[in-house]
Amino acid sequence: MRRPGGGGGHGGGGTAVRLAAAAAAVAAAATVAALGACGGGDEPDCAVTGDGPGLDPDGAFCERLSSYRLFEDIAAQRPAPGVIPYDVATPLFSDFAQKDRFLWVPPGAAMTWSDTDAFALPPGSVMVKTFSYPRDRRDPAQGRRLLETRLLVRGTDAWRGVSYVYDAGDATDAHRAVAGTQLDAAWIHDDGAERTNRYVVPNQNQCKGCHAEHDDVLDVLGPKARHLNRPGPAGSGAPDQLQALIDRGALTGAPPRERWPRGVIAADPTSGTVEQRARAWLDINCGACHNPRGGMARTSGLYLDITQTDPAQLGICKAPVATGRGSGGRRYAIVPGQPDASILLFRLESTEADVKMPEVGRNLVDDQGVALIRQWIAELPGTCP
Amino acid sequence: MRRAEIIFVFLGTSLGACSSEDPCEGVSGTCVALTEGASAEEVQTAMIEIAPGGTLAFGEGTFSFEVDLSLDVDGVTIRGAGQDKTTLSFARQTTGAQGILVTGDAFTIQDIGIEDSPGDALKILGGDGVTIQRVRVEWTAGPKETNGAYGLYPVQCKNVLIEDSIVEGASDAGIYVGQSERIVVRNNVARNNVAGIEIENSSQADVTGNTATANTGGVLVFNLPGLQVENGHGTRVYANEIFENNTPNFAPVGNIVGSVPTGTGIALLAAHGVEIFDNQIRDHLSINIGIISYAPIGVPNDPSYDMYSTAIHIHDNRLSGTSDTPTGRLGALLISALSELMPNGPFIVPDLVWDGAIDAARAGSAADRICIHDNGDADYINLEWPLTGAPKATRDLAPHACSHAALPAVQL
Repeated sequence: MRRPGGGGGHGGGGTAVRLAAAAAAVAAAATVAALGACGGGDEPDCAVTGDGPGLDPDGAFCERLSSYRLFEDIAAQRPAPGVIPYDVATPLFSDFAQKDRFLWVPPGAAMTWSDTDAFALPPGSVMVKTFSYPRDRRDPAQGRRLLETRLLVRGTDAWRGVSYVYDAGDATDAHRAVAGTQLDAAWIHDDGAERTNRYVVPNQNQCKGCHAEHDDVLDVLGPKARHLNRPGPAGSGAPDQLQALIDRGALTGAPPRERWPRGVIAADPTSGTVEQRARAWLDINCGACHNPRGGMARTSGLYLDITQTDPAQLGICKAPVATGRGSGGRRYAIVPGQPDASILLFRLESTEADVKMPEVGRNLVDDQGVALIRQWIAELPGTCP
Repeated sequence: MRRAEIIFVFLGTSLGACSSEDPCEGVSGTCVALTEGASAEEVQTAMIEIAPGGTLAFGEGTFSFEVDLSLDVDGVTIRGAGQDKTTLSFARQTTGAQGILVTGDAFTIQDIGIEDSPGDALKILGGDGVTIQRVRVEWTAGPKETNGAYGLYPVQCKNVLIEDSIVEGASDAGIYVGQSERIVVRNNVARNNVAGIEIENSSQADVTGNTATANTGGVLVFNLPGLQVENGHGTRVYANEIFENNTPNFAPVGNIVGSVPTGTGIALLAAHGVEIFDNQIRDHLSINIGIISYAPIGVPNDPSYDMYSTAIHIHDNRLSGTSDTPTGRLGALLISALSELMPNGPFIVPDLVWDGAIDAARAGSAADRICIHDNGDADYINLEWPLTGAPKATRDLAPHACSHAALPAVQL
């Protein structure tokens, strides 16, 4: 219920701001305004002190990604010293986009451990995620197209989200996209066929579509012990990611190693049972909204977060509430043993706006994830009335 | 600083004749004017950057969107030049589960039309203070299963006013207030929806002065199991015109409203503390007023859920016109019960139908009674769930000759 931050610097309370009918005129004016504010030097409205990465935790967002100095080389996604690349056990499916993740904690400050929830990050921290499509998924050497870099910024009292979009053909910098946008993208898929997607860059409000697990408050999802308890990304030099964070002083309060939770890797059959992997997949892909602690889908009564143990709330033989066409003519969210009678699977397999789940951040079907959920439901015992 | 600050200048004389050239005219405080041709990106930017308490004023014309819009700022008013003059069209929408999603408090929307969203038209989640006035929501191709589910859809909200609005074509409920409290729904028109007006898992609601016609069911007061807010109580349905809600049920299978028989005036499902009075309810194929428990629907699987309809008070309504061809599962139960009572027929479905399910643990509770009086010559049947034949269904109204204290008016 709070106003998303950032975007300051245009004040004008009481002044009517008129947006012209002619879209072209607006576009032209916007370009002029952007150049006027940012061209040829530091941005006046976004304070980044010193020489290294950083920002004013409560100040206006910069118009350009480069202004935060988070990267040595944006096009190569090579982070600046002190900006830590990290990886998570099971990622959210994002239309096959690849994600480069980084976190920045101000010097002298650290994250605080939690066994179950997200680590507490100090003001001034930034979580960074860059989305990209490789030209050919079978051959990373052919390069990739950067789409957007999203930041979650820890202010004094709250998190704020913002996205920076790369112009096609230029990966050297990205510009702020308050209202989001759509990007037409193409790549060669695992099977050698060309795939396309009208990739959706979320608007600032839509950060909450995933990142508001509890009480409608924006929060981070990735930096949880169970997600980070794994090797760091290739090239990070961190075979033991949590230990590396502790060693560099970026994480405090960790219990002895034997008490560290380890999240299952949904995509890795050796990582856990089908049930464990399915629950890990549902937790990441659905649980941020579908949980009773204030998620955006709390009104549905369907709770898919990892802590859920009540079969009915997990969807087993649960009738839909406000599903509309999303029911697909099926009676229950999950019918044990019958994936094709389960609403859950119908919605995961759909690409229609009012049917598909998750309802934001996905146009395409996560074939691997769907196959896993299908197998889990098929193996569930019991029947529905 | 990509915000464009441009004063729009109208050219030509034909536009000069238009009386509403400045959408912000007459608005005090911050106002952002959006004129026809504004892109989705411009509109969404304005909805993000609007100051708390500000107004987003749309001019005359049609604004078309491929994406959903969202508003998370408190105290904002969205207004148009009139429900038939300004239209937000989502016919080309390809992403987003609703046309507009509002998560701010103290939200107002007035004088605007919303058309053809693939999903819900206007969803307001968790807001304290929702005011919807003179809004039109419409699926322009008429009743179709592929229409969006809900028209006006506040959920987990408080202090909700919906008035002088019209909703047509929703494949679930036109006006749907869920898991909310303190609600006034008055002087609206709901037609060609599956459910015209639905109050679900909500408390303290007044539904009055509305016209509900040509829906599958006119007005529903439901409680469903398994939700965060349940066992809603305290709804007054009074002084409404509810007639000819005989549009064949076009809800997608699996939805609870899919079980509403085509031709239903008012349906209560596991409802508590409902007072129905002063309504005109007529000409329904199945039932004028139906009172049921969750028992015929299924097993609730929820120990905190009260599955019985209790403390119902139906008085001083004008009921007329039912048929001998009720539809749906409830219709089939009715036919079987009536056939048993009147083996030689012919029979017409009674105006008032109760499934007769009561909680054995609370049998005889005066507070829980279903009281029915002064409804003209309206007739009645108690189906005596679970329909084992013992006791038999009965048409005797005498057990319902009682009264509950009038429910208080809702104060927003």
